[in-house]
Amino acid sequence: MRATILNRRQHPPAHGNKSAIGNGQPQGPAKTRAGSLAERVFRIRESGIVVVLGVFVLVTAAIQPRFLNLTNIQFVLIDTTVFALLALGETMVVISRNVDLSIGSVLGLSAYASSNLFAVHPGINIALVFLTGMGIGLACGVVNGTMVAVGRVPSLVVTLATLYIIRGIDILLFSGKQVVEAELPSTFLDIPRSTIGGIPDLAIVIAAVIGAGAYYLRTYRSGRELYAIGSNPEAARLAGIPVGKRVFTAFAASGAIAGIAGVLWAAQYGTIDASAGTGYELQVVSAVVVGGVAIFGGSGSVIGAALGALLLATITTALYVLGISPFWDQAIWGFLLILAIALDQTITVRLTSALRKKRTRHE
Amino acid sequence: MNAGGVAGDDQADDQASAAAGASADGQHKVTGKDTDTTAGQVVLELRHAAKAFGAVQALIDGSVELRAGEVHALLGENGAGKSTLVKILAGVYQPDAGTLVVEGREVTLHGPAAARAAGIAVIYQEPTLFPDLTVAENMFIGRQPLRTGRRIDRREMREQAAKIFGRLGVPLDPTRLARGLSIADQQVVEIGKALSLDARVIVMDEPTAALSAAEVDRLFEVVRTLKNQGTAILFISHRLEEVFEICQRVTVMRDGRHVMSDALEHHTANDLVRAMVGRELAERPPEAGAGTPGEPVLTVTRLTREGMFTDVSFTVLSGEIVALAGLVGSGRSEVARAIFGIDRYDAGVVTINGQHLRKASPTTAMAAGIGFVPEDRRQQGLVMDMSVQQNVALASLGRLRKAGLIWGSSERALAADWAARLKIRYGRLTDPVAMLSGGNQQKVVLAKWLGRKPRVLIVDEPTRGIDVATKAEVHRLLAELARNGVGILMISSELPEVLSVSDRILVMREGRLMAEFSHADASEEAIMSAAMGQHEAPAR
Repeated sequence: MRATILNRRQHPPAHGNKSAIGNGQPQGPAKTRAGSLAERVFRIRESGIVVVLGVFVLVTAAIQPRFLNLTNIQFVLIDTTVFALLALGETMVVISRNVDLSIGSVLGLSAYASSNLFAVHPGINIALVFLTGMGIGLACGVVNGTMVAVGRVPSLVVTLATLYIIRGIDILLFSGKQVVEAELPSTFLDIPRSTIGGIPDLAIVIAAVIGAGAYYLRTYRSGRELYAIGSNPEAARLAGIPVGKRVFTAFAASGAIAGIAGVLWAAQYGTIDASAGTGYELQVVSAVVVGGVAIFGGSGSVIGAALGALLLATITTALYVLGISPFWDQAIWGFLLILAIALDQTITVRLTSALRKKRTRHE
Repeated sequence: MNAGGVAGDDQADDQASAAAGASADGQHKVTGKDTDTTAGQVVLELRHAAKAFGAVQALIDGSVELRAGEVHALLGENGAGKSTLVKILAGVYQPDAGTLVVEGREVTLHGPAAARAAGIAVIYQEPTLFPDLTVAENMFIGRQPLRTGRRIDRREMREQAAKIFGRLGVPLDPTRLARGLSIADQQVVEIGKALSLDARVIVMDEPTAALSAAEVDRLFEVVRTLKNQGTAILFISHRLEEVFEICQRVTVMRDGRHVMSDALEHHTANDLVRAMVGRELAERPPEAGAGTPGEPVLTVTRLTREGMFTDVSFTVLSGEIVALAGLVGSGRSEVARAIFGIDRYDAGVVTINGQHLRKASPTTAMAAGIGFVPEDRRQQGLVMDMSVQQNVALASLGRLRKAGLIWGSSERALAADWAARLKIRYGRLTDPVAMLSGGNQQKVVLAKWLGRKPRVLIVDEPTRGIDVATKAEVHRLLAELARNGVGILMISSELPEVLSVSDRILVMREGRLMAEFSHADASEEAIMSAAMGQHEAPAR
């Protein structure tokens, strides 16, 4: 029963969400020279996802028009919010040539611990609950960040360990218990459900947050330094970039975001136990990679990662609507991953050889 | 295309705008370079610096004095402590003892950022750029010009970068990604970075090691420009000709100690070599003709690879050393890689000992008796984390196998034998090969192939980045192999090496064989003009 619900969980939104995210995208203020090869490639990479997404939506709608009804779109949008939010944090970590595998466990711990506050202290301020969730996530992120940045342990190992440890704590504290919808205030449960003009408020807020994240990574020194670190860690150190500090901050941010995502998860599902979010980290990493973020760091964008989340979520929902076995879901995700990696490899090779030839400026 | 002259008028403007960019984080010192610089004024002085890593005393007494408007050479064999000294100036290492005085003030560099703030820029042999960032961003990373709200001002950054390239006279596009830049252009970006920092001191650690002759010329043009603008430059190179061409003063180090500093004009190349090695070189590299050329061991017929090389034919006889000369990028290494079967080729035949190699594969090539010492020993020649003995044994595993297993004892016997023959200096045979100096690493690569007793040995830049004494040893070794009947194909960018070691010299240009010289006919001028295309008599 629960498993079914959790599986349905991972659906991303269709169509509508795309425009919501598109609106949050800050292109205006950063004036970029049109025609810069690098910028063009990124734009192409992102529009590639949009095209695949569009094709998927159209084909699905052609077979089953019900796919495009408002309820369905809203459902998909809401499902994508948590997914895309996690992708934002994960992208910051991956860009710096690290990976955070603990976010599924962090989300689970935060979801239970924060929603449990309503059960224990009825009438508690919702903001306080969000702060608690964020605090839990931040604490986990700080542990990850410290071990990676100060202890110099590879992040794959560190976060694989904390994936199990945090889930262990979750199970130790909350195993066999669950928070049910009746214990949660309706104001809390309404957060993912209220809409403006048919679009969920939350989707708009998350799109804005992702837009802000993208703007930060593009426009602020510390954001650019994350790319630099991922592009060439040794050079970053020699250039005097505070590598440890930046990587630490990326993990702390990823943790805090996973904490907030946990609270949203609780609001969305209403019924929470110690297994919430199990295995979610790999879906998020998939979305990030499908979205064009290089798994070895240095390039990619938050917008791309969010579009990746949207695409994967849409596929899940589309298959559900078409009545196709969920087995195909995972097979298609895997196929898309390989496609994305092959595409990125091709782009890198082509780009490198194009850049080799282009030494002089064309002005 | 070529580095041109630099308009001095622009300079003040450039520095003012660079200052505007840097001042936001307080790393910029406001000095008008043009006003307070008199050539010859001491800008930086490192006195009696020492640095130990564990039990190894890498630097015992490092001293150097750099003056404005001077290019200062730092010479020494590998392991003399040059790199450690450079990293102290870069703020990467903190010295255990000694003082650093920059513009009259004693400073302590806590990290690379502090060195930058003190006006010291370091350009490493392997440039340290970010391939995924633009050229402009590479130059300004961590101190990009800002506009309101501490946001990066991309337009300003781009314009400052373009201005600096204008000043250097190089046509690089600041908005392109650093990915795909040639090493020479990467160094130009690094130099641009140093200029944007308003660096008073630029340290160049073997900047020419990977450059072609034309690129070296362009780099030197830039270096002269900088010198004339009053920058103090520390220039490290193993090529003495270059040192005499570009430098005014010289410091020699040996075994972690300062040996001497003086105006370069008072010295000859022999003086400097003597100071570096602390003795006369035991003997000059052996003259060519050590071996007696016999039957053909390697024949290459009309070898072609689309876009890389075309119609390349030549023969190497047993006991003969044949050099493949030409500019970097002329297709020399590509031909070698194709012969050894690393890269495929589109047409042509490779014959070893009269046996046609049917398909391109290193296994077939090795079975036929070729050994290949690649250009980049760290990446291609050695497994850096594996021990000395494992590396030596790597190409001979089939022979060492007993009852299906590789025994440490037989590995050790093989490695110890070759280490003694090649005079490899190492701690223990079980130490990772990464702990050895560059010259000794190269000997390990040689030992790896010699253990197989090859009929043909291809060596690509066998002495790059190796100190003078070890270089002579490698040359002697090649001559000895030739005497024992091995046919050797040597790729080298160093003309003196080509001229002294080889029996025959083939010159490539743009993927084709352009000329062939016997040892007696060859001269640097003849080889260079063939390599640069001024010689139009293809040999075949």
